[in-house]
Amino acid sequence: MTAIERYLAPAGLDDALAALAGGNATILAGGTDLMPQINAGKVAFRPILLNIRRIPELRAVEVGQGRISIGALVTINELKDNPVIAKAVPLLAEAADHFASDQVRNMGTIGGNVANASPAGDTLVPLLVLDAEVELASATGRRSVPMAEFFTGPGRSVRRPDELITALSLPLPRLRTVSRFVKFGTRPALDISAVSIGFSATLDGGRLSDVRVAFGAVGPVPMRGRATEAVLEGAALDAAIIAKAAATAQGEVKPIDDLRASAWYRRELIHNLLGKVLSDVVSR
Amino acid sequence: MSSLVEISCVVNGTPTRLAVPPETSALALLRDHLGLSGTKYGCGEGECGACTILVDGVSVNSCLMFAVDFDGRTVTTIEGLAVDRASDPLRQAFVEKGGVQCGFCTPGMVVQSRHVLDKHPNAGPDEVKRGLEGNLCRCTGYKKIVEAVITAAAAQSAAE
Repeated sequence: MTAIERYLAPAGLDDALAALAGGNATILAGGTDLMPQINAGKVAFRPILLNIRRIPELRAVEVGQGRISIGALVTINELKDNPVIAKAVPLLAEAADHFASDQVRNMGTIGGNVANASPAGDTLVPLLVLDAEVELASATGRRSVPMAEFFTGPGRSVRRPDELITALSLPLPRLRTVSRFVKFGTRPALDISAVSIGFSATLDGGRLSDVRVAFGAVGPVPMRGRATEAVLEGAALDAAIIAKAAATAQGEVKPIDDLRASAWYRRELIHNLLGKVLSDVVSR
Repeated sequence: MSSLVEISCVVNGTPTRLAVPPETSALALLRDHLGLSGTKYGCGEGECGACTILVDGVSVNSCLMFAVDFDGRTVTTIEGLAVDRASDPLRQAFVEKGGVQCGFCTPGMVVQSRHVLDKHPNAGPDEVKRGLEGNLCRCTGYKKIVEAVITAAAAQSAAE
């Protein structure tokens, strides 16, 4: 294990970004992913351990100009329990309720879940269907990256080592938005999803528009189901369209075999669960 | 070798100054440096809940926490709850309902139950079961543990 040469816990964002400038820092927020990955030898400490938990502005939840901004340090339990978030983006609060255990939800942060870039990360699928943008800051400037362009592989993203995720910014859903999140695993708690599905659309006069479909744990990154979206966009949800969408989804995911499920089983799950989600939307 | 980081925190009501290596887990600090061995090492990756403690009144897996992050915070372990008058009904309910078999999960169960009761003073079976999802009992004695926490909730409500 590499030794940590310096530990920093700045109270201001500028100090944190200065510490990150050389790209020599390991960022610590909730620790729920970092500690097991260090212990398992999957990641090594960089010379600086940068604890960002003392930076108040990274905890802010703000609504304005048609968007909600959720600070990177907002914990998963806060996503679940914060009334502003539950009202503005209920899908995210719902996904948080399916996340790990109470203890892990008390520690783990939304920024950490995004930074960790797991193909099975539980907040990532809802963030994808909600058109979230990842707000990044470095000593040289700020940028925001759409979630759909953020992930590049398992555990990898376009975030540079000198950049910090400061917040997730989401457009407030329109009126008549319907959204769903389902996660399938062997037990409700503490399970890494075998698959998960997010769905969001405007349902007006029986027709869907602004359709977003996303899948978790069926490819190297949490993915948008663009072909499935195309089947559903502008369509009236009848049995034939639901069957076509489910078949399209089954074809466009790229799962692997691992200890949680085989690729074949994951495709079956995606087919059947998407059919169930769409049927449920129709019946409401 | 990493240099030590000076921190100050309150552990079970006692203000404490410590010098800790930055890579050390909170669990290792409690058990190996402070001798508070009631908090157990089970899985080491946040799956079993045996290492549950309260930090600023909120339950966390101490195996996943960095000890340096205790700085400025209030920490309560099972040793603190053992002498906490407000937790008398909780401990008593575990005894009376037989919520203890081999005992290894018990400290984590009791600490997490404390947090569940703080969040849901009138907790029923649903709140208790969901609240204890992150705590594994290798004897599989869940029924009596859940009964104990529900009993404690009722006893607390009656006392108020």
